[in-house]
Amino acid sequence: MSRMFKRGYLALMLLFLYVPILVLIVQSFNAGVSRAKWQGFSLKWYIDLFNSASIINAFYITLTIALLSALFATILGTLAAIGIHAMQKRPQGIMMTLTNIPMTMPDIVTGISLMLLYIFTRIPRGYFSMLLAHITFNIPYVILSVMPKLKQMNKFSYEAALDLGATPGYALRHVILPSVMPGVITGALLSFTLSLDDFTISYFTTSPLVQNLSTLIYSEARKGIKPTMNALSALMFVALLVLLLAVNRRANLVKETK
Amino acid sequence: MSAMAFPPWAVWLMLLGLAAFAGMIALSIRRNRGIRRTLFAFPYGLWIVVFTLIPLLLIGYYAFTDRSGAFTLDNFRTFWDSNFEMRKQMLDMGFDPADLGIARGNVNMDTLIYSLWMAFLCTLICLAMGYPAALFMADRNFKLGSTLVVLFIIPMWMNFLLRTIAWMSLLEDNGLINTLLGALGLPRMQLMYNSRAVLLGMVYNYLPFMVFPIYNALSKQDPKLSEAAMDLGANAALTFFKVTLPLSLPGVISGITMVFMPSVTTFFIPRVLGGGNTEMFGDLIERTFLSADNWNLGSALSLIMMVLILLSLTTLRKFDPEGEGGTMI
Repeated sequence: MSRMFKRGYLALMLLFLYVPILVLIVQSFNAGVSRAKWQGFSLKWYIDLFNSASIINAFYITLTIALLSALFATILGTLAAIGIHAMQKRPQGIMMTLTNIPMTMPDIVTGISLMLLYIFTRIPRGYFSMLLAHITFNIPYVILSVMPKLKQMNKFSYEAALDLGATPGYALRHVILPSVMPGVITGALLSFTLSLDDFTISYFTTSPLVQNLSTLIYSEARKGIKPTMNALSALMFVALLVLLLAVNRRANLVKETK
Repeated sequence: MSAMAFPPWAVWLMLLGLAAFAGMIALSIRRNRGIRRTLFAFPYGLWIVVFTLIPLLLIGYYAFTDRSGAFTLDNFRTFWDSNFEMRKQMLDMGFDPADLGIARGNVNMDTLIYSLWMAFLCTLICLAMGYPAALFMADRNFKLGSTLVVLFIIPMWMNFLLRTIAWMSLLEDNGLINTLLGALGLPRMQLMYNSRAVLLGMVYNYLPFMVFPIYNALSKQDPKLSEAAMDLGANAALTFFKVTLPLSLPGVISGITMVFMPSVTTFFIPRVLGGGNTEMFGDLIERTFLSADNWNLGSALSLIMMVLILLSLTTLRKFDPEGEGGTMI
């Protein structure tokens, strides 16, 4: 009885989480524009999707910003984590507090504070300002995923490498980096997904001329979302699902070989 | 693209930062015949100053100044009394606002209280729904547990605006739920444009943030502890309340933090699912900045928001001093 109850409860929870997504995917195959009525199966929104310049452009902006911000945040964040880890206790504490500030700030405050910075310094809001904002909110996540790996590392292996004649650069590349790599990858993936899903910070740091998918959806929300957008998000959802399965498989393979 | 151009002095500043970094590395290589590792944190330190600390200082600057840039506390007075500006002008012109029936305006305060109340309800519902889910998934006899956790993450990959909009098609007057009700011969219901719909949207979006940390805390627990309690004669309920629950509290605390903080500043959801009187503090801040174009008041509101969040964080930290609950990572 209790077993049935537990499974039933979890099934209900998942139903709650997935119903809107299923509705969205079903709508993307609906021939009509109406959200409620099924007017036959059609792929027309998928065809529309590839002909819609604004959506393709927004998709391009979202994807390149996610990739670039993940790349820069990973480089800066990994370097920072290695540096912070080597610090004395006090400066280390200060740096970690500073790292926690952006993570505890509500997105809307982060977005607004960056908007004020751009206005104050007369940096025009657009692609670059949005990229800088995304790098900013991604770095702390990279640091927090790399840091535990550094702490797990044997303290003396770096020094041993130096004693054995390795240059610091060589020791960094061949001793430190390989052992923190899992954390670096986690940080990069996390940054990528956070950037992909961000709306609030992008909204305040871009101009109406440079829109990513989120801000485009937002500006269309009042007029009514076209099913084309549903088609795109269904495609992205499936793509991310495949990515996750691939990563999961890789993780399992790594586990098995260990 | 003109939008891509930086003002020249910003480019110079960036080059200067890079040059300083390169110079420091060169210097340290000459001195120690090696790179000092702490220097690797330098670019990040610079980044934090430019993109986190200075923007925060700007918010502080705007919050305590008026449009002309002079120091003032009027923005905070306007937070307390949204008619403050109007009443001040009347007094300046020699009228008594009370005679004209202009009383204290409580729009801003009411919005804040409403947001805190909604965030509180959302956190409570997420806890009530999420704790059992985490508990069942962390059960060692339940093989599917770790797979199900992933299923809780996946919905968050769908753009959150679209997921919220998808609820519209379920809740609308002639949406799916009402169509189903109609087909069953039941009366249709007004589901949208009220606080309940907003709350539903919030719970839907933030539930996973409650489930993960609790699941993490529960699955890290040593099963021997509850077995020992059982062996010593405690029944299932007593074991849960005396062993499992107290040990999972760090997870609960970080779940509460991760749900409460974004819920207070919820933005967009009230606008889509709510009606005219469901504006929340996040929307108020956005409207003050972008529609009313009042950066000074908007900054003051943001500052108040941040202070409230810091206060609640420090209060919550007291229950979990070591931060064991961890976050999603």
